[in-house]
Amino acid sequence: MSSVLYDTPGPRARRRERIGSVVGGVVLLGLLALGVWYAAGRGVFDADRWDVLYDPPKQQTAAAVWRNVLIQGLGATLRAAAVAAPLALLLGLVLALWRTTRFRWLRTPAVGVVELFRGLPVLLMMFFGFTALGLSAFESVVFGLVLYNMAIFAEILRAGLASLPKGQAEAAYAVGLTRTQTLASVLLPQAVRTMMPSLVAQLVVLLKDSSLGFIIGYPELLKSIQNNSQFFGPRYLVALFVVGASVYLVVNLTMSWFARWLERRTARTGQAETAAATFAAQAGTAGNHSRV
Amino acid sequence: MDVIGDNLPLYAQGFLVTLQLTLISGALAMGLGLLLAAMRVAPLRPLRLLAAGYVELLRNTPLTLVFFFIILVTPQFGVRLPFDFFSFAVVALTLYTAAFVCEAIRSGINSVGIGQAEAARAIGLTFGQSLGQVVLPQAFRTVIPPLINVFIALAKNTSVAAGFGVVELMGTGRRLTTANPGGVVWILVGVALGYLIITISLGAMAAQAERKAAFTR
Repeated sequence: MSSVLYDTPGPRARRRERIGSVVGGVVLLGLLALGVWYAAGRGVFDADRWDVLYDPPKQQTAAAVWRNVLIQGLGATLRAAAVAAPLALLLGLVLALWRTTRFRWLRTPAVGVVELFRGLPVLLMMFFGFTALGLSAFESVVFGLVLYNMAIFAEILRAGLASLPKGQAEAAYAVGLTRTQTLASVLLPQAVRTMMPSLVAQLVVLLKDSSLGFIIGYPELLKSIQNNSQFFGPRYLVALFVVGASVYLVVNLTMSWFARWLERRTARTGQAETAAATFAAQAGTAGNHSRV
Repeated sequence: MDVIGDNLPLYAQGFLVTLQLTLISGALAMGLGLLLAAMRVAPLRPLRLLAAGYVELLRNTPLTLVFFFIILVTPQFGVRLPFDFFSFAVVALTLYTAAFVCEAIRSGINSVGIGQAEAARAIGLTFGQSLGQVVLPQAFRTVIPPLINVFIALAKNTSVAAGFGVVELMGTGRRLTTANPGGVVWILVGVALGYLIITISLGAMAAQAERKAAFTR
């Protein structure tokens, strides 16, 4: 779309754009340099504020610091996500199928569950698990992540099922498949396939939300950053934060790019599926909301 | 059950803070998000790259990390803003939400048929004219439901501020649970109701807007 909004730049426009790029780049770099200069003036880049990463004080080894951040911190983050994701997917699938039952009165509870957990903050659910149910910090984080994400997964799968052409179900019934067979061997495989990018993108959200464990005291990545900075002193906070933020970005960006690659691939394959895919993509943008 | 009734004024106060956080950061994020979206489709490459980089960065960062950075890390740079926790929360929520607002608007711009922009260009409208008079008015309609959904998420995200010194709805719940360990379940049910009031009413608005947009197309 954006490429249609203005003419393909000719030589003069290209020159103007090049000048604009250079000027803009210089201004940006200048601002960046100003920030760096300001921070350097306050000693942010002094070696004694970064040596925690290669030669930490208090008789600690750098390996111990890195192990604490990467193995224990990131490990705890990934563990919570790895336990919560399959559970949430499974329960989300159950909820999505529940919503397809024929009887309205049977459907309403599923709709209620989805609407309820979609409308509540994840932190509140984690806190509920922690204080009201007396779960451990790890269990509370998983509890909150599962409840919230199962509702989102259910919605994504429902959108996927709704995006399939009616003929798919009709054809399956016509060849004599039962309802269960139709769902399991015709509708669901297609729905999961078209909604795969949305599902992966939601997994990124799940991983991001595991950082809420920081607030209820689960020793995940962010907490390990804070613990280290409390142990070594606040002057190391910047260095440790840079490490923590980079780790998050590397993990999340990789998953986001994977989701986008899947999206492109899904959009590319098969002429017959193109209609379903565009439809699902529209449903996907409408379903985008929860991905915040 | 009584715990909710007894502490109604406290709940009301927390609810009000949550509402304030949502409205103020929502309005600011809307402004910043619009600016970012305009930059993302602009004819100048550095602007496009800058906006795309910002959105990509913030979308892949946990909100907790943004809060952590603004409240705990910036003082280490020697930046000491004369802010209270509430203003810090507004800044963090605004910066984070703006990225999602930008994405919602951009997807709306992309949903307008490409022939519309082509036709606008063909009759000689400039970039600003075709964006302002042809594309955006049509994008506006499709953008409303996802935009409302961004604000629903924002309302829920304000709860993170409870972990960083703001006593909003979630923070009120935390305080009440330490004061009455016996009534934890009901206290948190009360907090949940407060959030549901905001999220469900906004959700109904989104559904309504979605129906309207579907009819007119």
